[in-house]
Amino acid sequence: MTLLFDIIASVGLWGAVLRIATPLIFGTLGALLCERAGVLNLGIEGIMTFGAMIGWLSVYHGADLWTGLLVAAIAGGVFGLLHSGLTVTLGLSQHVAGLGVTLFASSFSYYVFRLIVPTAGTPPTIVPFQPIAIPGLSTLPFIGPAFFTQTAPTYLAILIALMMAYILFRTPLGLAIRMTGENPHAAEAQGVNPMKVRYGAVIAGSALMGMGGAFLTLSAFNSFFPTMIQGRGWICIALVVFSSWRPGRALFGALLFAFFDAFQLRLQTVVEGVPYQMFLMTPYILSIVALAVMARRARVPQALMRPYRRGER
Amino acid sequence: MTVPVLEIQGVSKRFGTNLANDDISITLAKGEIVALLGENGAGKTTLMSVLFGHYMPDAGRILIDGMELPQGKPRAAIRAGVGMVHQHFSLASNLTVLENVMTGTEKLWSWRSGTSAARKKLLAISERFGLKVDPDARLGDLSVGEQQRVEILKALYNDARILILDEPTAVLTNIEAEKLFTTLKEMARQGLSLIFISHKLDEVMTAADRIIVLRSGKVVAERRASETSKAELAELMVGRRVTRPVREPSAPGTVALEAADITVKINGVERLKSISFRLREGEILGIIGVSGNGQAALAHLLSGTLSRTSGTLLLFGEPIGNLGVADVVSADIGRIPEDRNEEGVIGEMAIWENAVLERISSPAFSRSGLVNRKAGIAFAKEIIGQFDVRGGSPASRARLLSGGNMQKLILGRNLHQRPRILIAAQPARGLDEGAVAAVHARLLEARRQGTAILLISEDLDEVIALADRIQAIVGGRLSPPVEAEVAEARRLGLMMAGEWHEAWKADHAI
Repeated sequence: MTLLFDIIASVGLWGAVLRIATPLIFGTLGALLCERAGVLNLGIEGIMTFGAMIGWLSVYHGADLWTGLLVAAIAGGVFGLLHSGLTVTLGLSQHVAGLGVTLFASSFSYYVFRLIVPTAGTPPTIVPFQPIAIPGLSTLPFIGPAFFTQTAPTYLAILIALMMAYILFRTPLGLAIRMTGENPHAAEAQGVNPMKVRYGAVIAGSALMGMGGAFLTLSAFNSFFPTMIQGRGWICIALVVFSSWRPGRALFGALLFAFFDAFQLRLQTVVEGVPYQMFLMTPYILSIVALAVMARRARVPQALMRPYRRGER
Repeated sequence: MTVPVLEIQGVSKRFGTNLANDDISITLAKGEIVALLGENGAGKTTLMSVLFGHYMPDAGRILIDGMELPQGKPRAAIRAGVGMVHQHFSLASNLTVLENVMTGTEKLWSWRSGTSAARKKLLAISERFGLKVDPDARLGDLSVGEQQRVEILKALYNDARILILDEPTAVLTNIEAEKLFTTLKEMARQGLSLIFISHKLDEVMTAADRIIVLRSGKVVAERRASETSKAELAELMVGRRVTRPVREPSAPGTVALEAADITVKINGVERLKSISFRLREGEILGIIGVSGNGQAALAHLLSGTLSRTSGTLLLFGEPIGNLGVADVVSADIGRIPEDRNEEGVIGEMAIWENAVLERISSPAFSRSGLVNRKAGIAFAKEIIGQFDVRGGSPASRARLLSGGNMQKLILGRNLHQRPRILIAAQPARGLDEGAVAAVHARLLEARRQGTAILLISEDLDEVIALADRIQAIVGGRLSPPVEAEVAEARRLGLMMAGEWHEAWKADHAI
């Protein structure tokens, strides 16, 4: 018991929670935005991979870190454009289109990576974002080093979560997005163009996914390898359900998952005689449990996964 | 003469080879209620969609206060003061009433929604017209009648002066419908102009000032409500004389189905409370009542999709356990479900598949696990011919049939085999006059041939015309039966209000 307590009371754990959570926060918010407008974006896994690659590549070729992040966002947006073209304009199955985008973006990432870095055995590295101590807060005991000594994109992710909550629930644009996800016909009848709203939401959401991927190469690590997203995109899709499509809860969900993950990582090193794979499984098992509890009460956007066609009911 | 508020001039709209609107011209004055009367498919909804900018007309124009309205732009129509209340509401059930009303009313790119001002405006409108709502209620938690109120408020919130209601009573109970018409009259009194689309003769006679009859895409007549009659309107609408058939006296046979003290609980709530009835061969037993009083539970119980909690059920004198759907089919019990789109047909499947689905395992339609397509299609063709199902071939999707034809398909599927018992729940709901007459004729024909029919309905006229005996259902309880001969509207009204002892006493006091 004291062992568990020691882990929970360690500054390192809590610092790691925010770090692990950041790509999930970006990804979950991105997926959430798409789904609020009625589009499931399973391209997330591939878009995050591509964002990780292109962000790293930009910096490797001399761009500064923020430019790298921006490039990742733009690249994400381009894939978002592709996904909306398939699902909004052509009205194809959102599942199939999304998986297609993921397969394409993942393979394309690897292809580009190999073109630029053909032979390297160990991937080349860059100098990533450095932690910023927030003046005044970072000197607080325990909380300071754990929560206020993070890299800039982590703070950005939290800021975006708050902004998205505000936009969705306090502005006319947010209402238009939510209405489009619930009933695009009603949105249209009230003079909102559901097609434009969906395009905008999917492009912006995909840009956030790209940034989530880039965080891994520009902040959490310092190099790129093709399998580094490791299912984080799928976790984000589950977190959206867990959050009941609310940005605040999405933030909480990402932190919760990250907590489980950070916790099991430390547990692996101190508990002996248990295969480490068992620990690796725990965050996922706990996620399934949490999802089963939360998702029962969730209010799914009613028009999610339904293509919109004018004049058809 | 003043300029009319709305003028539709020579509007035509063609879908493929089908001329849905043929050179239609209509005017609407301030403070007037006009009913657009016509059967399903007469072009009413198309015309209103053109007016509201959902469709581009092929010819013609629309003037509002003498100004031409740009075509194909819902936004322009809203701005000109046209509000539309759709039959299938354009609302989002996960959003609040206020959010539903506010969508699209503000500039998209502003930093803040003016929620409090919007709430004030909404409450003022709801006060002015007596349309009570809670702005912060989640829409999905409201009843259908309340949701319709929100739909109307939404139009008024956009400063609509011309309100179009597409079959507003199709989803309402009778009481809600009466309330709606009171509201509409109040709105007209305050200077709004209204058009409502309907195929119900009663309501156009009571609610409208003027009635425009549409048939096959053309305006065929225009009458002031005070100068016409239901009979005349029915004839104009259908294009020929329609008379609903009425039952002839007959001698019922043995008891086919008997329920004694049956109680049904769903999730701890008693939906049916110790009900009893006897249904004899060759008779129609009418179960009358305002919907939501246990009709659904009764129909589901007898269709095999719900089990009883206590009580006995006798089928031709034999006590039976809980019925499954397969038992019901093999016991020759036909069913006409209340919601034909949800439970009656599978819209995405072909007509012939729908026709044979419940008998698919019988040797007539499948052998060693393989479907006999030919036999199925032949069977469907037979039903289509015999029951006059129009608008589809055996291979076309059932979804494409109109309500009346879908109902004929369901009737055909059930009556073709001459069932011994038929459970008919609201069989004529939402159908137009011609289709109602056809459905009634089929039910009476089945009765003549000895089928025992349980008719669940909330339409008094229907029950009085068809049923031999009538029981009322109120709050899950069933009244004792009355013979149709002594059942007049007043007495049935009392029964539907749950006052059957009163009704009884009135009868026996003399």
